[in-house]
Amino acid sequence: MIKSFKPALSAVALSLAMLSQGAAAAEEQFFPLIDYRVGPYGSNGQAFYGGFIDYLNYVNLKEKGVNGVQMTYEECETEYNNAKGVECYERLKGKAAKSAGPLHTMSTGISYALIDKSAQDKLPLAMMGYGRTDAVDGSVFPYAFPLVTTYQMQASAIVKFLKDKNGGSLAGKKIVYLYHDSAYGKEAIVALNAEAALNKFEMVQIPVAHPGNEQGAQWLKIRQEKPDFVIFWGWGVMNQTALKAAQKVGYPRDKMIGSWWTGSEEDVVPAGDAAKGYMAATWNVAGKQVPVIADIEKVVYGAGKGNLQDKAKIGTILYNRGVSAAVLSVEAIRKGQEKYGKGKALTGEQTRWALENLNITDARLKTLGATDLLPEIKTSCDNHEGSGKVKIQQWDGAKWVPVSGWIEGNKALIHPLFQASAKQYAKEKGITPRDCSKEK
Amino acid sequence: MLYREAGQFKTTYAADQQLFPIRQDRIGVITLLVVAFLGVPFFASEYWFSAILIPFLIFALAALGLNILTGYAGQLSLGSAAFMAVGAYAAYNFQLRIEGIPILVSFALAGLTAAGVGILFGLPSLRIKGFYLAVATLAAQFFIVWCLTKFPWLSNNSSSGVISTQQLIFFGHELKTPVEKYLLVLSIVVVMALAAKNMVRSTTGRAWMAVRDMDVAASVIGIKLMPTKLLAFAVSSFYCGVAGALYAFCYLGSVEPDGFSLEMSFKILFMIIIGGVGSIMGSFLGAAFILLLPIFLDITLPFMADLFGLPFSSATVSHIQITVFGALIMFFLIVEPHGLARLWQIAKEKLRLWPFPH
Repeated sequence: MIKSFKPALSAVALSLAMLSQGAAAAEEQFFPLIDYRVGPYGSNGQAFYGGFIDYLNYVNLKEKGVNGVQMTYEECETEYNNAKGVECYERLKGKAAKSAGPLHTMSTGISYALIDKSAQDKLPLAMMGYGRTDAVDGSVFPYAFPLVTTYQMQASAIVKFLKDKNGGSLAGKKIVYLYHDSAYGKEAIVALNAEAALNKFEMVQIPVAHPGNEQGAQWLKIRQEKPDFVIFWGWGVMNQTALKAAQKVGYPRDKMIGSWWTGSEEDVVPAGDAAKGYMAATWNVAGKQVPVIADIEKVVYGAGKGNLQDKAKIGTILYNRGVSAAVLSVEAIRKGQEKYGKGKALTGEQTRWALENLNITDARLKTLGATDLLPEIKTSCDNHEGSGKVKIQQWDGAKWVPVSGWIEGNKALIHPLFQASAKQYAKEKGITPRDCSKEK
Repeated sequence: MLYREAGQFKTTYAADQQLFPIRQDRIGVITLLVVAFLGVPFFASEYWFSAILIPFLIFALAALGLNILTGYAGQLSLGSAAFMAVGAYAAYNFQLRIEGIPILVSFALAGLTAAGVGILFGLPSLRIKGFYLAVATLAAQFFIVWCLTKFPWLSNNSSSGVISTQQLIFFGHELKTPVEKYLLVLSIVVVMALAAKNMVRSTTGRAWMAVRDMDVAASVIGIKLMPTKLLAFAVSSFYCGVAGALYAFCYLGSVEPDGFSLEMSFKILFMIIIGGVGSIMGSFLGAAFILLLPIFLDITLPFMADLFGLPFSSATVSHIQITVFGALIMFFLIVEPHGLARLWQIAKEKLRLWPFPH
């Protein structure tokens, strides 16, 4: 049984590779895509991975790959299920042994399950805006990259935004933290507690049980507490419910500020006019006014190679997030080729080095046509996050409008929390941290 | 003729009481074990170990646990995943808090912890039966997951509630490769499956079956209902607990409470229904069917689509897979409601007469 499977497996892999890129080029950079397009969060996955694949094809079409190296990929459907994610990872691992771009799972659960495995197999794991946040400390997690920003830095940036809005002080104010009672919702608590102690505001934590379509009791409590602001960490159906509930109890929506997973079109459109004025953090802007997004539509969809069936998703928050994830990944390949040889595909180990030495400036983003799509990023061994900046955007009833510049969280306050947690992890796992001063 | 017992005489009590009284069965089981322990490690790839064989063995163990409770003792339960969660978190905490504790001791203690929790949630079985009991065990499903998220001590104050398991140190040697993990899981599963096989034909097992078939009659012939039912819950949870510990340590490496969802309990329940309720072998067959079929379809569907030139995206494949899977389950249950184990039994009966059926 096992033996008869192997030829079938390799035949499938081969045919898929041919399918995904047409004629085979000499050098190709392979992206293992552990993605999801069905299941409870399927629509989010479609937009994100649609954007990701569109950008890979865009690079292939526009400039014939990175220095002649074609970008290829293979998808494996996880349905946002951890066990399936591991199965997919094992399936794609063999192909990724030769050349590998960063893995994007867009699932905290799957990233957690892959952290040890990917380090062992020397495949870099990118967790942009999710996943294990203390992996910011690259000395303990050489192969895990919570790129751009983490939940904790986001929470800190939101507090900073509120502080600025409030005349520079939050002393004596009351902020409700309304969160999805899961790993995702709890990540930010430790950062918010530290901020509350520092800025002397009172924080009230109110959890909402999964899936969050029943929030009557929580909003009753919010009405009693009369908070100055509500910081809101929702997910899926919980988001629109919260907005409608806020409207019902008469809590002003422009005092509610959500995390980046509560700020997509999928969240606000179903809430109708209840969403108007609601704010959310984001690390990528929406819209087609970003030149690269408009160009992708022209080049990739013009050539009939677009990945999305529903073209209306182009330019939405999650689509643009997929594009920005791909921009970062492709820039890493470019960076790696500078060191390891132009026109050559990078192995996972080489991509890892590149991810750790990213330096994407605003000037570079402008050349890519991605001005303001995402913040500047500069990573290093002891900072796998590289930015920590978010923008605050507001829903005007039809589209997301940025209402702030890039805001950086309080790094001096938050990063030591990561280091402490990474240290504990290293102790539990018996890992000797690398010496970052010796890395180059 | 191939499977004939004629001529196999038992002259001692020991020979009559052995686990596999028929010679063909003995040879079959020994061959299977030899292949599993010695053959497979040489042929299978890393993908087979990490993605197929290890989860198959672990889920077979969990299904075995549920089969003891539901198949043999007749107590319907929907809490198997929760007991697995107890096992996983208990093993993690024993490793974390007791310096130098051997991993196998941790697994055993994890099983015992799960057994304790199982007894607790088995208490309602003394008063209620059938569907009502299933709903009562649902409480375990929700309570345990809630409890693991609520008390951060259980996950060593991890900010997200996710635990990442420790290294597998086995007599001073760290088990790192998939092959080593596979052998560890295989050994544990084999020992526990043989123990279960032995248990269900002992006094305890016969008492369970008596309670399953009619508890009033069982109590009339002198079987004490309370200890019998609670023992079934304890043993079943023990199996599920060990499976949970293996799931965390040897398969995923990091688990969160939400991962042990109701969906997983259902999956284990489907395994025993498809495999065969009240059969040790059925647990293995069911686990293989439920776990391997989706992967098999996942790999062959794009291949078929390619062959016939159909434009399949990965989402279409996933949808077709769900449909085919559902249809196959319905087909199986209509054609053979007693599960795959029954098919195997029929095959054996046919082999007895082969090649001259009458």
